[in-house]
Amino acid sequence: MIALLKRDLRLALRAGGGFGLGLAFFLIVVVLVPFGVGPEREVLRPIAPGILWVGALLAALLSLDRIFALDFEDGSLALLATSPLPLEAAGLVKASAHWITTGLPLTLAAPFFGFLLLMQPEAYGYLLVSLLIGTPALSMIGTFGAALTVGLRRGGLLLSLLVLPLYVPTLIFGAEAVRRGAAGLDASGALILQAGITAGCFAILPFATAAVLRINLR
Amino acid sequence: MLHVADLGCARGGVAVLSGVSFDLAAGQALVLRGPNGIGKTTLLRTLAGLQPAITGEVEMPEEAAAYASHADGIKTALTVTENLAFWAEVYGLPLDTGVLDRFDLAQFRNRQGGTLSAGQKRRLGLARLAVIGRKILFLDEPTVSLDTGSVAMFARWLQDDHLAQGGIAVIATHIDLGLDAPVLDLTPFKSAPGTGGGTDEAFL
Repeated sequence: MIALLKRDLRLALRAGGGFGLGLAFFLIVVVLVPFGVGPEREVLRPIAPGILWVGALLAALLSLDRIFALDFEDGSLALLATSPLPLEAAGLVKASAHWITTGLPLTLAAPFFGFLLLMQPEAYGYLLVSLLIGTPALSMIGTFGAALTVGLRRGGLLLSLLVLPLYVPTLIFGAEAVRRGAAGLDASGALILQAGITAGCFAILPFATAAVLRINLR
Repeated sequence: MLHVADLGCARGGVAVLSGVSFDLAAGQALVLRGPNGIGKTTLLRTLAGLQPAITGEVEMPEEAAAYASHADGIKTALTVTENLAFWAEVYGLPLDTGVLDRFDLAQFRNRQGGTLSAGQKRRLGLARLAVIGRKILFLDEPTVSLDTGSVAMFARWLQDDHLAQGGIAVIATHIDLGLDAPVLDLTPFKSAPGTGGGTDEAFL
């Protein structure tokens, strides 16, 4: 498992790996919003948590189709499927690698982007925590979606259509936690529900991912 | 060590082969022959466990088989050594760098996979088989894009290092590797047209 994780991280960091793409996309979304709605504090401040969460979600979506597609094309997925590493573990590792290269940088960068949207200072901590809890679920659900569409040519659009509805619960509770934090309310309920969704995803989806991959490799 | 009885396999929901039976003891190889589309790849994928058999059975020791497809599974952004080290680690073995010399790859050890020629990539793909230390190999056209020297080199490795140490190989190939191995022509095992594969793929 460690070998696959190391390989995927190394591939993501090398040329053509797409590392940083999601982060740049996130930045652009956040910079574009004030152009669209106007730079006034009263307008931006209340929508900042929602924008940041939607932006992070779309940025995470960008690199999903690479999770399995490249391995499928060059044949390494079939070789992995016949290796001693169970496909369930491979799915888990792929999701982890995606999170480390996409979710984690997004989480760490989000407070700075919150500054660009004039977010309430009290909400920064909540934004960081809710993204830290929520983005692993985005990676795991995305990995499952990537497994579903792995054999398809140009499956990227279909992948987005499949995955985005599944992101809704994470988005609702994530943005809600930040909003409550900004308003000075207790956000622990939303954060706990978010953590539950993430834990549930990691408990179930590696098995679903492996089952779907086995069918797609036939 | 490898026992195949009355095996039937399907591709895309259509049965292609039925009644394939053979036995291989340690140190034996089997060469699969047959025209394009007869089901050599399908048979090898079924044996490797990538797709379920529709009939029959395959018996072999657990965790002993490895599969090599048309595609080599080489990561273009990783160097030759990194590619091999990855597979060695997945199979829980240390990387023996002597393999690089064995497959004439030592001079490329720090080159990225993407800069190799088709034949060099193939050699790297075959070197993977030497790195992972599996006893039963299912090889699908291993000599594609290899020059005659490399074919001889691979045949020598297969004979001297793999088969001589009790390994087994089932090879689909059109080139005579010069192995002392029986040839199985798959033409007589062709399924009658119209017989269903028995899977949901036919429905889809």
